[in-house]
Amino acid sequence: MATNLNTAAGAGSSAAPELCWLEEVRKDDVALVGGKCSSLGELINAGVRVPPGFALTTHGFARFMRDAGVSGEIPFMLNGLVHDDLEQIELVSRDIRSMIEEHPFSWEMEDAIAEYYRRLSVRCMVPAVPVAVRSSATAEDLPGASFAGQQDTYLWIRGVDDVLHHARRCISSLFTARAISYRIRMGFPHEEVALSVGFQKMANAYTAGVMFTCNPGNGDRSVIAIDANFGFGESVVSGEVTPDHFVVNKITLDILERTISCKEITYTVDFETQKSVRTETPFERQNVQSVIDEEIIELARMGKAIEKHYGRQMDIEWAVDKDLPAGGNIFILQARPETVWSEKRDKEAAVAGKATSAMDFILSSLMTGKKVS
Amino acid sequence: MKFPVPHDVKAATIPGTEGWERMYPYQYQFVTDDPVRNQYEKEMFWFYDGLHYPEPLYPFDTIWDEAWFLALSQYNNRIFMVPPVRGVDHRMINGYVYISPVPVKNPDEIGSRVPHFMERAGHYYKNWDDLEKKWKVKMEATIRELEKLEIPRLADMEDLSVVTDAVGESKGYHLLKNYDDLINLGIKCWQYHFEFLNLGYAAYVFFLDFVQKLFPSIPAQRVTQMISGIDVIMYQPDEELKKLAKKAIELGVDNAVTFSQEWTEVEAALKKLPKGVEWLTSLNLSREPWFNVSTGTGWFHHDRSWNDAMNIPLNGIQTYIQKVKAGVNIERPMEQVRAERDRITAEYRGLIEKEEDRKQFDELLGCAKTVFPYVENHLFYVEHWFHSVFWNKMREVAAILVEHGIIKDVEDVWLLRRDEIKQALWDVVTAWATGVTPRGTQTWPKEVEWRKGVMQKFKEWSPPPAIGTAPEVIQEPFTIVLWGVTNSSLADWAKVSEVKDLSSVKEFKGFAGSPGIVEGKARVCRTVEDIRSLQEGEILVAPTTSPSWAPAFAKIKACVTDVGGVMSHAAIVCREYGMPAVVGTGHATKIIQTGMMIRVDGSSGAITVAR
Repeated sequence: MATNLNTAAGAGSSAAPELCWLEEVRKDDVALVGGKCSSLGELINAGVRVPPGFALTTHGFARFMRDAGVSGEIPFMLNGLVHDDLEQIELVSRDIRSMIEEHPFSWEMEDAIAEYYRRLSVRCMVPAVPVAVRSSATAEDLPGASFAGQQDTYLWIRGVDDVLHHARRCISSLFTARAISYRIRMGFPHEEVALSVGFQKMANAYTAGVMFTCNPGNGDRSVIAIDANFGFGESVVSGEVTPDHFVVNKITLDILERTISCKEITYTVDFETQKSVRTETPFERQNVQSVIDEEIIELARMGKAIEKHYGRQMDIEWAVDKDLPAGGNIFILQARPETVWSEKRDKEAAVAGKATSAMDFILSSLMTGKKVS
Repeated sequence: MKFPVPHDVKAATIPGTEGWERMYPYQYQFVTDDPVRNQYEKEMFWFYDGLHYPEPLYPFDTIWDEAWFLALSQYNNRIFMVPPVRGVDHRMINGYVYISPVPVKNPDEIGSRVPHFMERAGHYYKNWDDLEKKWKVKMEATIRELEKLEIPRLADMEDLSVVTDAVGESKGYHLLKNYDDLINLGIKCWQYHFEFLNLGYAAYVFFLDFVQKLFPSIPAQRVTQMISGIDVIMYQPDEELKKLAKKAIELGVDNAVTFSQEWTEVEAALKKLPKGVEWLTSLNLSREPWFNVSTGTGWFHHDRSWNDAMNIPLNGIQTYIQKVKAGVNIERPMEQVRAERDRITAEYRGLIEKEEDRKQFDELLGCAKTVFPYVENHLFYVEHWFHSVFWNKMREVAAILVEHGIIKDVEDVWLLRRDEIKQALWDVVTAWATGVTPRGTQTWPKEVEWRKGVMQKFKEWSPPPAIGTAPEVIQEPFTIVLWGVTNSSLADWAKVSEVKDLSSVKEFKGFAGSPGIVEGKARVCRTVEDIRSLQEGEILVAPTTSPSWAPAFAKIKACVTDVGGVMSHAAIVCREYGMPAVVGTGHATKIIQTGMMIRVDGSSGAITVAR
């Protein structure tokens, strides 16, 4: 039911939809909905439990930019900037961003986004369902061109007006001084930059974190590493706390290592303001294991399935929802290819070295011996 | 890492043991009167072989230490020409054995050894199965020779046949000769022991090493699982007990088999029943050779075999009868073990990215599987079957020494060195021939009493885990795989002496032997006799386990040992039963007491004690 406002609203087979549900896209729809949203669509279709949501596509983005008149202005404003003149870039960035954020969506687009948002609320059985609004860039998250985190994420956004406002803030984040400077330095044409905005139901995380389908310490592919803390995953992603750390055997799904850390910070939702807030974890909970063993095993199982689906090592964000019963409460929020170890391993020599037979290997190992001190 | 100087440790003689050195071979002493040897001893790294010797060695029991001192070293250094290592040197302090791998230091010499090693070791690896068949023939012939060996008593008058058959030799001469034969058979058996073992361990350890390089986080237990499910004869004694349990039920004599824990009573009852006699016939078939399995490791004179202590196998049979009657399947779950082995192997293999590594993985795995049966099976032939028969032959020799007043009790004989026994036998036979009293009747009893006191003091002494200078690299395969000398084990050894009050320890670690986590009541069993008190669902805590402990595993839900690695008996059996094991903890039997609630994490190797 992707929507194209230029043709009949709700036409499913549209060639250039401006809005679509996450389950309608796959991983090769990066040009349409960016890396994050296409990845979420891919996950949903792989049978992974992902909070539901929808996306403003790059066509929707382009239409907004045209409607707002910014797509015509921006090339002039950026003309002649050099990447290390940060002061000048900062000034231009501010102008472009306020131009975007102050410009309303067209009535048609506002209506369409509001309609998707209303239907999402109905699906989740929560009136004006709190959502995460995040940018999903077409050049982001691609293997080898990782400039993740350069666009913004807004959590616990509730009500149509706020949803629209934060959608514009996401779009404007494409023109932060850092992003502009980066594109100039990389020779990436500004007019080719496209963006999608994702709107996804907030998982009310009891505990959350990240998971690598390899050991980030040594690249070992036979294990899954999980970092966790109470509350939303922000504290883990940002590195504000030392999270609990678990290493699970990918093949046998048993926990090989567990490190329970002292976790002083929890991100939780403030129900008055519907905002995510940073709070101090009650003292007696700081040293408590933040995710139970059964959930760790279930997470590892999901991580293994996701890796298998993509055929490569993955970097995954997850949450355990406190509003839902055990067995259906673990959600995958994001999954992207792991790049550091995958690339490193390609360049490394084979462990077998020059040895081609068992006998050669035994000999060369005897010669090397074992280092003990 | 700093370890004490060997000579300082030795110089601190335990009061009352002065002169203990005469109980052991002279070349085992750390020396101060020979500057060159003294310097060599200081530069080497000596670690206490607690794996084989949890207690100080009795003078006679030193025989197996000398036997493997020779055999292991000769195969490394003179036969297979392992390029970077010679043998393993031995010393002794207060009855505890310290060993040290000796490297080849000159790079040119190492290089010149390479082609010889490739040719010689290559021959064994290539013809492994054929050579192993020949080995079994040699080994069984040696054991048969031992069984037939007669230890003659000395009669006041030689038999008339000595004259009529013109034998021309006396029983006195036969006693001396057969004692020599007995000792020589023992040494020969240990020559065979190492014929395949160095190469077997090398194949095994470097497969482990290879897989751990590919997957740095892989637990060693998962690598050993890849070579599990191969039938080895070490399980056969336990299989015989199961067979006998089923047979007893089938013949309807199970009540007679289970009515008492005393074998003599059970045997008497069975003899009165026609079906009981039939069952006893089956039992006798099982006893040879399978009941020669030792209740310990087989290394010590006090390790008795099932044949010597029939109450132990009887208890096992009784356990299995109860299980079968309760409808429990007592067969080893071999199908599942093999299916899980194949799944794990395929999944790990699937994660290997480079084609050449996959190929090498296949090669090394194949090699490890080839050597695995020998690495397990030699134990039954040598340490169990041969040794069990050997110790009893030695008791026959001891009985003669008792008869002639040299020692007071058969079990005193272990306090003499084997060359001292030879001397004493000379004393006995010459005095017997001459018709006078052996001199030793006045000297040995006193010496034996003194030595008993020394042994007691040695048992109370704690040997430091390592002495001397730690090397940077260890190349000797046994040192790595068997004694587990690694960077972290050295660090642990350096720490061991710091633990003072074992009764306050709440958490400690060992090797993760078999995965899973359970909590339960501990039962400390110091010897195999103690497993009779095991209750269903308890956690077994033992110094170490051996195949004669097998029936215990049908009752417990986890196992913890003081000594042993991931290839130890407890680890292998627990993996088969799918229950957690933590092995090689060092002090579990001292820290844990029967009845304590403990938590065993066989995936991480952690033990938690509720205090």
